[in-house]
Parts: sequence; structure tokens; C-alpha cells
Amino acid sequence: MSGTEWSPEAGSAAAAGHRAGAAPALPAAHRPEHVARDDLHGKVAVAAEALDPELVTVDGPAATADVAEYALWLGDDALVLAQRLGAWISRAPELEEDVALANIGLDLLGHARSLLRHAGTADATKERQRTGTAGRGEDSLAYWRDEPEFRSCWLVEQPNGDFARTIARQLLAAAYQVELYGRLTASSEPTLAAIAAKAVREVDYHRDHAVQWTVRLAGGTRESRRRMTDGLAAVWPYLDELFRDEPLIGRLGDAGAGGVAVPPSSLREPVTAVLRGVLGAAGLEEPDVVPAAGGGRSGSHSEHLGYLLAEMQWLARRHPGATW
Amino acid sequence: MVTGAGFAVRPARAGVADTVVAGAVGPVAGESPRRRAWAAAAAVVDPEVPVLTIADLGVLRSVEVSDDGAVRVAITPTYSGCPAVETIRDDVVDALRREGFAEVRVDLVLSPAWTTDGISEDGRRKLREYGIAPPTGRSRFGEARPRGPVPVEISVPCPRCGSLDTRELSRFGSTACKALYECRACSEPFDHFKVH
Repeated sequence: MSGTEWSPEAGSAAAAGHRAGAAPALPAAHRPEHVARDDLHGKVAVAAEALDPELVTVDGPAATADVAEYALWLGDDALVLAQRLGAWISRAPELEEDVALANIGLDLLGHARSLLRHAGTADATKERQRTGTAGRGEDSLAYWRDEPEFRSCWLVEQPNGDFARTIARQLLAAAYQVELYGRLTASSEPTLAAIAAKAVREVDYHRDHAVQWTVRLAGGTRESRRRMTDGLAAVWPYLDELFRDEPLIGRLGDAGAGGVAVPPSSLREPVTAVLRGVLGAAGLEEPDVVPAAGGGRSGSHSEHLGYLLAEMQWLARRHPGATW
Repeated sequence: MVTGAGFAVRPARAGVADTVVAGAVGPVAGESPRRRAWAAAAAVVDPEVPVLTIADLGVLRSVEVSDDGAVRVAITPTYSGCPAVETIRDDVVDALRREGFAEVRVDLVLSPAWTTDGISEDGRRKLREYGIAPPTGRSRFGEARPRGPVPVEISVPCPRCGSLDTRELSRFGSTACKALYECRACSEPFDHFKVH
């Protein structure tokens, strides 16, 4: 607990030991007694070396470098999409949708945390050998990587637009993630398989949410239908990138045949079939668009990611180790 | 820290709970350290549904006490993004320290994935009494997962009046694990703990 601490509560935060890094929204009963009742922000302690003691996941061994890279693909997709959905809080068309989009974002953030934590174990092994210290945790990976180090696909980086465009992006993303995680449960890498087994039920619910809204907006007013059609046309170019194989996948092997990863190319047919079914139910045409360049898996991103990261990362970088 | 070696991931309540008297909190003469540790950890309540203990919820997976008194607890999150996990971890550590265990480590296990099937009958009754409709039916992810977007609708009884004339207002409720419902018989809104 060394480092710069300027909060009046810093001392008690240190004394509280493991509590110092407890999650936000600490129940009132758990706050130090001398925190004023009207201090709505709780305690804010800033300690450069006191990062949140993360929960350790014990489902399997540390990730290899290739597994870590693959975990970043999936984890960064979830993290960036969660950040996008968080921007809807207080701005959705109705309160229920505010809650729904926030909950979906929370699920995705959970997937991102598990995946980045696992990716960090690869670094941890290297770091321990080299310096005797633990490596990069999930927060380090989320807040201290720059844009070219992210592995997210372009689809999740796309701006929210209006509600219909967000639903269109959700439909594509969730349809992809359901097929992906469903197959990843067979991975020979135990932690990836465990994360996938949890995630698949959650993204299934996300897909259901997006399907219902797609059908509803398409069958609503002329205006809602126009927006849904425009939203799908805006995000459809980013679908193709999700189905492109990379050398990494060849090295990891197909989870369906005793390997670790799900080949993106194997998802094209099932994802497209689900989407065509939804478009059919909604009475919408499949957008006739040219696929976008893509390249997120190798760190080449759409123009939107930098702005998103600037907003997501500034606080952690301005106040290293901040907890609240 | 991620060793995993020699650490058995236990299914909920297998081998541990059945040897422990539910609700037995506090040191009792002759009780084994593991039983005391389990009882202390099992009494921790969920911060978002405070009528349920983490044992009721199926969140507490295992408690092991080594010969030197170090306790190792395994918990599993309900939903991946459940923000209560850190609070539960801290509360488990506190409960065990109060019980006299100085060294406590809490691990997070994901496998086997949590489902609402792990909520005990006692837990379901407590939920109902608290005004939350418990999960209806069993998780459809237990065995082979049916493909395709085909949600199965089952009537959710109102926890207040018992009527089956209820409707879903929103698939997402106050927490990730709940949906918002309305009873058309007594006109009260209520939370439904989703089948998961």
C-alpha cells in the first residue's frame, strides 16, 4: 500500500487490507465509519501500487502465448462492446431498455474480465520468471494497452448510432457469439471452455433480446422500419471480418477436433443462417454491401476505437491504481 | 497464483454440504475445523438478495481446511458480470476471520457453470417470501442445448397472490439474474429470478 495516497480515507483503506480494492458501490455498512454520510462518492483512495486484488480463477493452467492472444480476440470484443452499451445508460428510449442494455453490457464485461484475466496469466508466467512479480492483470490489459495492441473486431467498435443501429449491431454480435461460445465449450483449453460454458447462456439471452427488437422495429411504424433497415445496412459490412481465419487459429487447432479455438470460417454458415431466419421473420432484405477491410485481430482498427479507448482509459491512466 | 494443481472443482454441494448441518454457525465443541469453516462461509448472504445465503444460491462450491488451519474457499459467479462477487469474497474472508481462521483464500471457479437448478428448495421458499418469484422449471442448458432462437414461455406465479395471470414487463430487471414482471390479478409488479 505504498504509493501516492491523498484521500482522507487512505489510511483506513490501507488498514482495511483486502477491502481497499473492493468493488464500487460498497454497501454503506461496509464503509469506514468516519466517512461522512453525505459523501455520496464513498472513499476514493489512490495508491500507485495498490491494484485491486483480483479474484483468482482456478479452472485450469496458465495460458500459453497463443491462448492468451486468442483470449484477447474474444475478450476485447466483449470489452469494447460493453463500453459501447454502457453509453446508453440514461439515454435509451425507455427505462426497461436502459436496464436491458446495461445488463447486457455487464454480462459482456464479465466475459471480458474472465478472458483478459486468463490472457494475463501468460504474461504472469513470463514476468515471474523474469522479475519475480506477478504479470498483467485484467485491469492492466484493459487500461494500459494502446490501440494497436487491442484485438477487437470492427463490428463492436462501430458507434451506437440510434437505437435501431445499436440493435442491429447487437443482433450480429450476439448471433456470432452464440455460435462461437457454443463451440468453444468443447475446447481442450479448460479455462476457455469454462468461460464459454458460462458465456453461451448469457449471449443466448442477448441474441433473443436483439431478435425481438429487430422484428418489432421492422414491423412497427414506417419510421422504425426505416431505421432498422438503415441500422442493418450500417453494420452489415463488418460481419465478414468475424469469419476470417488467421494463422493463430491454425496453431491452436479446431476445438471441434480436440483443439483449442473455433475457426472463424466455420461460423460463417451457422451465423448467416440464423441472421437470415431473423430477417425473414422481420420481412427485411439482407443488406447488399461490400465487406469492410477489417484487421482488428492484427491491431489495425476502425477510426472509432481510439476515441472509445480515450474515454475508457483516461481515469485509470490519470490516477493509476485508483479505487473507490 | 493460478496453480490449479491438486485442486478439485466440486459440483455444488457434492461431498461437502451433505456432511454439514445447515445453519450451524459458530464454534461447537468437537466440530471439525472444516465444518466450522463451511458453516461460517455458508451463512454469508448474497448482497443483492439478502434473504439468500451463498449456500442457498449454489454460489459456495467448496471449503477446504489444511492441517495448518489455512482455509481455501471456492465460489462461482451467478452471471459472468455479477458485481456481487467481490463483495461476497470479502464477506467470506470476514466471516472466516471472525471464526478464528487467519489465513483465508477465496478462489473463483467457473466450471461447472452455475445454473438456477443449484438454488435449494429452502432458497426458493425464501425468495417467494421475499417477493421474488423463484425460477420456474429447470435450466435448458443442463444437457444438450437446443439450437435456434426458440424461447419457451412458462407462466410465472405471482409471489404475492399466487396468480398465474402475470406478464413479463422486461426481460431484464434490477439485477442481471432477474426479470421484471407484473401481476394482472393483484396489479403488483415483481421480480422474477430467471431460469438460467
